[in-house]
Amino acid sequence: MRENKTSKGFGIGARRVIAYIVLIFLTFLCLFWFYVLFINATRSNANLSKGFTPLPGVSFMDNWNSMIHGTLPVFNGMFNSFFVAACSAILSTYFSTMTAYAIHAYNFKYKNAIFTFILMIMTIPTQVTALGFIRLVDKMGLMNNFIPLIVPSIAAPVVFFYMKQYMESTLPLAFVEAARIDGSSEFHTFNFIVLPMMKPAIAVQAIFTFVGSWNNYFTPALILSTDEKKKTLPILIAQLRSADWLKFDMGQVYMMIAFSIFPVIVVYLILSRFIVSGVALGGVKG
Amino acid sequence: MAKEKEKNQEQKTETVKVQNKNKKVVSYNKWGIIFLLPFVIVYLVFQLIPLVSTIVYSFFEYYDDGLDMVGPNFKAFGNYIKLFANKDLFVYAGNTLIMWIMGFIPQIIISLLLAAWFSDPRLRLKAAGFFKTVIYLPNLIMASAFAMLFFTLFSKTGPVNSILMDLGLFSEEYAFLDHEWSTRGLVAFMNFLMWFGNTTILLMAGMMGIDPALFEAAEVDGATSTQVFFRISLPLLRPILVYVLITSLIGGLQMFDVPQILTKGTGNPLMGSNLTTMTLIMNLNRHLSVSKNYGMAGTLSVLLFIITAILSFIVFKVSTRKD
Repeated sequence: MRENKTSKGFGIGARRVIAYIVLIFLTFLCLFWFYVLFINATRSNANLSKGFTPLPGVSFMDNWNSMIHGTLPVFNGMFNSFFVAACSAILSTYFSTMTAYAIHAYNFKYKNAIFTFILMIMTIPTQVTALGFIRLVDKMGLMNNFIPLIVPSIAAPVVFFYMKQYMESTLPLAFVEAARIDGSSEFHTFNFIVLPMMKPAIAVQAIFTFVGSWNNYFTPALILSTDEKKKTLPILIAQLRSADWLKFDMGQVYMMIAFSIFPVIVVYLILSRFIVSGVALGGVKG
Repeated sequence: MAKEKEKNQEQKTETVKVQNKNKKVVSYNKWGIIFLLPFVIVYLVFQLIPLVSTIVYSFFEYYDDGLDMVGPNFKAFGNYIKLFANKDLFVYAGNTLIMWIMGFIPQIIISLLLAAWFSDPRLRLKAAGFFKTVIYLPNLIMASAFAMLFFTLFSKTGPVNSILMDLGLFSEEYAFLDHEWSTRGLVAFMNFLMWFGNTTILLMAGMMGIDPALFEAAEVDGATSTQVFFRISLPLLRPILVYVLITSLIGGLQMFDVPQILTKGTGNPLMGSNLTTMTLIMNLNRHLSVSKNYGMAGTLSVLLFIITAILSFIVFKVSTRKD
């Protein structure tokens, strides 16, 4: 390895050591907070006030019970979050694939104009239309309802773009032609030939849409502001912050944060390879 | 390619059943429009109409004076003049920008470094998959819960203070969230943690796209890894760097969850001090949910829309020029 050393650069061995040190430090920065969260969720309030210990305590079940019987309806919140996120993921991937298929497989007037238009609106954030959106939802009588959080995900330009890219590389139009010759209707072709071929892309985008919706705080907080039973987890977390938290049982507070963070971590660890390669595919315009 | 294929197909059908041809093609393509309809309808109703009505609201005086709603009264550019005359806008824009820059600079440096290491075949890093998994993890964490976690960890009686005192680094507790720069620093640090993994993966994909022959040629010429990085990788990565920069800036403008939760929506690290961590979107949220000033909310939204549109246009130009 020594021979690789040149006058200006480090030797490859030294570079490797530096790389590992930086990577281990960054790993520490990424994981440390969750480690402390896990430890503290297992400790009682009295124990927590004595300072930090690196080993877990014995109050996990106590904290769990006080969270369940606490003032914030966390289970309800988790169910609401899950329902909204799952519906959004299904609608978003199904209809984005359908939109991408429309652009990919057919020719019609203004097709290219529509495609360019969708690309242009891709980066416009939802926050800038939030005012008009909540006024519209209010007029429709859909405040404190999940519909305005689920249905708009049908028009998801980013998911559409990913599907379009994926289709260009994996869906030859000959398949569609063959299906036509076999007498398959266009709708049938889409559902039973195109969708199965898009499975990998759909899975990646379903995960991202699910996580995006699960974590979303801005819009749900405006829509679900008054009905306690409809609130999603991020709104409950914000309420926890606004509460007079010094009077709270800190073990319970840590348990609630853990309750909203750890499910995502567990799912992520199971699907991580998939997700990381999905990011790389989506980010770079091929 | 696709078009050519379709043309061939058309010609084929033409020879087979000349009379049927026109009718058939039209009836197929009708389905393109049908498949496009759900997207178009939902977009029109839930995004375009809200956008237009937001723009309309921006020209009206329309707010809650505490008892009932005042307006809507048409004020032309009155709200815009008010928005720019009030220096708060520049304070919030400044806060947003400062916290974004504080997070983005370490983010881009670390990401470039990691991307170079991960894609360097000579380095042969072990466990690269593990490291990639770990650095991407914070991106998927619920930002509001993550901010709540940091709030408890960095509170005066929290574990971070306790650890730092045990290590002898601090002689007494430091109230991180009562001070301007430590609060901004925490927001920036969290943004860094949540986004550097994502940026690393994007840059890596970009580096993988560089022709390996260039690296081999440089190696033959005796270039050091530093030279290779600055003379080959960096210039060739420029389009993707611009993409990362602008999309991160667009994301930065939307900064909301973390400072909102950390400061309980006040934007004040210390109660009563200046609004040093109030971001533009936190201000918008205030207009929408607390003060119900729909006129000003509209004006602020239009301003943000214009800024994002300009930035998006740059992204669009950069990423289409690449092809």
